[in-house]
Amino acid sequence: MRIAIASGKGGTGKTTVAASLARMVSARREDVTYLDCDVEEPNGHLFLRPDWDEVTPVHVPVPEVDAGTCTGCGECRAICQYRAISIIKRRVLLFPELCHGCGGCVRVCPVGAIREVGREVGEVRRGMSGALHHVQGLLHVGEAMSPPVIRAARAAVTGDGVVLIDAPPGTSCPVITAIRDTDFVLLVTEPTPFGLHDLALALDMVQALGIPHAVVVNRHDTDNDTARRFCAGRGVEILTEIPDDRAVAEAYARGMLPVERFREYRTLFSILWARIMVRGAGEVVA
Amino acid sequence: MKEIVILSGKGGTGKTSLVGAFAALARGAVLADCDVDAADLHLLLQPTIRQTHLFRGGKQAAVRAPACTGCGTCLEVCRFGAVRRVAPEREGVRFVAAVDPVACEGCGVCAWFCPAEAIRFDEVVNGEWYESDTRFGTLVHARLGVAEENSGKLVSAVRNRARAIAEATGAELVLVDGSPGIGCPVIASIAGADLVLVVTEPTLSGEHDLERVLALTRHFGIRTMVCVNKADLHPEMAARIEARADRDGYAFAGTLPYDAVVTGAQKEGLTLPEYSDGAFVEGVRTLWARVLEYAHKDGTGGMGGARVASSSAS
Repeated sequence: MRIAIASGKGGTGKTTVAASLARMVSARREDVTYLDCDVEEPNGHLFLRPDWDEVTPVHVPVPEVDAGTCTGCGECRAICQYRAISIIKRRVLLFPELCHGCGGCVRVCPVGAIREVGREVGEVRRGMSGALHHVQGLLHVGEAMSPPVIRAARAAVTGDGVVLIDAPPGTSCPVITAIRDTDFVLLVTEPTPFGLHDLALALDMVQALGIPHAVVVNRHDTDNDTARRFCAGRGVEILTEIPDDRAVAEAYARGMLPVERFREYRTLFSILWARIMVRGAGEVVA
Repeated sequence: MKEIVILSGKGGTGKTSLVGAFAALARGAVLADCDVDAADLHLLLQPTIRQTHLFRGGKQAAVRAPACTGCGTCLEVCRFGAVRRVAPEREGVRFVAAVDPVACEGCGVCAWFCPAEAIRFDEVVNGEWYESDTRFGTLVHARLGVAEENSGKLVSAVRNRARAIAEATGAELVLVDGSPGIGCPVIASIAGADLVLVVTEPTLSGEHDLERVLALTRHFGIRTMVCVNKADLHPEMAARIEARADRDGYAFAGTLPYDAVVTGAQKEGLTLPEYSDGAFVEGVRTLWARVLEYAHKDGTGGMGGARVASSSAS
């Protein structure tokens, strides 16, 4: 069962929710993986502190041209949609950081002068934190395209255990890559105009993808029912409300999860987990 | 003309609230919201849209089912798993191909190699961008379509327009609200800018993400300042971030406390200086004065030491 935790707006508490659930659920079962797909800025390891066992580089295929064979005909430049190939005085000039790895140039070359080589754009780390499996994708600084690293991180998790995916913020290709083909998406928001505006975009996104979903409201304050009204209006269920609590924010600043510090949050996240299981998989928690 | 980009690495550090405040203090700057994935600045500035432009960031493949012979070439050549088989509505073919627009990367390889020329490969609209009037000057902003790609190109479109407006009107400042992270839209929002201000917070995540943003601006050789919001959440860490910025050669713009006034202003749809004249806003004024002074100071400080690399990535 793959559950993605996403948000639209950054800083709403995605990692707090994903890591708290991972910590709680891994105390009960052995097959839980926390999968950090926020590969531009992964943070889960700061809270879960895994021991890394394995680091695997992520490569994307990019062309390499054999200058001796190349005739400078320009077919490769013509097929490339990403402006990664240019031809100057019948010599090919490559811009590998613009390449999406579609392989079109290799196929189209009439003289077989192009082969593909791997260019490293990031890495996937695997480790354990107690009984919890931890997998993290990490984009190298200066690289623009995170989806290949997200795909590699997702591919590193096998089996049918529970996978909690910490998704990147936003609503475009990185998030889509992280949440596609998951069983359930939990959208974390905060009851502010920015939070709800971005939640609306995130809801459009999960609805376009057709994935079952529900909302967690973080930094809830009892006088403020804007999130409730918003979710009622959109017909989406709120699974839990996490109170606006300065003690939680201060613990978070120091790398501590609320489920580690405060008993009441263990109860809150247990209930949240039971609700996710019922809605996401029709499975009742043991 | 100076272009200042506000970034954060981590989301939720208060970047957009500060950009709104700076817009109010700067008066007459051209504003650009380059957080095109989840743009929020307009909620503070309530723009009146003057012009709407369609954004065409790339092409997309689409199979013309009646022309498809079910040969399977497109399935074989697509690297992105975007082509699937669907049942044909006519006799004589095993299946017809269909392209999933969300998975399609817009490479066009399927269309190029389709022997029946049954795949269209046309420009698609990925979003819109706008030129608007606000009470503090022109705002260029955008909306990326749901589940769309090419956010980097849309960021470039927004920035280019904002700069062109500044040049045409003689505005001295372009103020850019960037997106979180360090990937494609962030790189597109900082390339060639005069100054980046990173807004961080004293949390383990904030500190970790700051390091990666600083490595990015260093990689592209862009002068960078650092400020810490919500500093009293963890004062020792706020001090540590400041000390490290000093040590590594970044100008430190200041600290701001955790203050409910930020959310209060947001709920009213106001920028901070319009909403309050309390201590927090005084702090913002001081911080903004330092940023402006630094932006106009010549020199190569703020590059984060000597490791300045040039790069052609965009």
